[in-house]
Amino acid sequence: MRIGVITFPGSLDDVDAARAVRLAGADPVVLWHAEHDLKAVDAVVLPGGFSYGDYLRAGAIAARSPLVQDVVQAARSGLPVLGICNGFQVLCEAGLLPGALTRNSHLHFRNRDQRLRIERADTAWTHAYAPGQEIVVPVKNGEGRYVAAPADLERLEGEGRVAVRYVGGNPNGSLRDIAGVTSADGRVVGLMPHPEHAVEELTGPSTDGLGFFTSVLKAVVSA
Amino acid sequence: MDVVLKPEISDPQGQAVLGALGRLGHTQVTGVRQGKHFVLDVEGTPDRAALEQIAETLLANPVIEDVELHLPGA
Repeated sequence: MRIGVITFPGSLDDVDAARAVRLAGADPVVLWHAEHDLKAVDAVVLPGGFSYGDYLRAGAIAARSPLVQDVVQAARSGLPVLGICNGFQVLCEAGLLPGALTRNSHLHFRNRDQRLRIERADTAWTHAYAPGQEIVVPVKNGEGRYVAAPADLERLEGEGRVAVRYVGGNPNGSLRDIAGVTSADGRVVGLMPHPEHAVEELTGPSTDGLGFFTSVLKAVVSA
Repeated sequence: MDVVLKPEISDPQGQAVLGALGRLGHTQVTGVRQGKHFVLDVEGTPDRAALEQIAETLLANPVIEDVELHLPGA
């Protein structure tokens, strides 16, 4: 099982994401944003960081990179894609996921261990969890406030597209405590918190994040 | 080109500026919305439709932002 991790100029968490992939039992494959080469991977992770320095809007320039255009195409035919933090911002900017991430309502960068509820345990990236399961993983962002037009929010809730929700306090003012959303087919998931930072007892607040990476192994095999 | 957050999207930066203005005694200001201003050098006569497309595909995120185009001499 080969899972690609895309590196952009300004990515920070690509190495941690690759490590999480390895701990989950898959082979991480380094992908470079400027190349039109997905290297025949079975799934793709867009990691956290500050691609292009967050210039213009967080994720905006990375979303127009050559490889992300390929990811958009491949996702439309079912390639599992996970966007974490800046990767989530990129997926929204690329139009693969609905909504947008904006400046935190309190204007502070917020870095803490965060409790989350898995709302959808049937996506490619979350079915290792039980529906409604609560997990703790780090959250760290300055522009993580999820927003969408009121009508779009209603539609997303109605379609069950909210994959992960903040519980025990909303770290950034996200509408309806939305921490992550999924595509209609459940293959593309984006979230602001960092499951890849919670995969080992030594360095994380828990190992709760590993489930995102073990989920996709089964998703690819059963696809 | 001016890119501003849609009216329904809250603007915490603008609110922080409003708070600072209030502390400086400028209490007549009742609202601040912060945006971005782009100056584009264009070959030939600027084409409104082409510029609108540029705005929508990169300079603005239509999910959260509106664009105001200001052509020279217009």
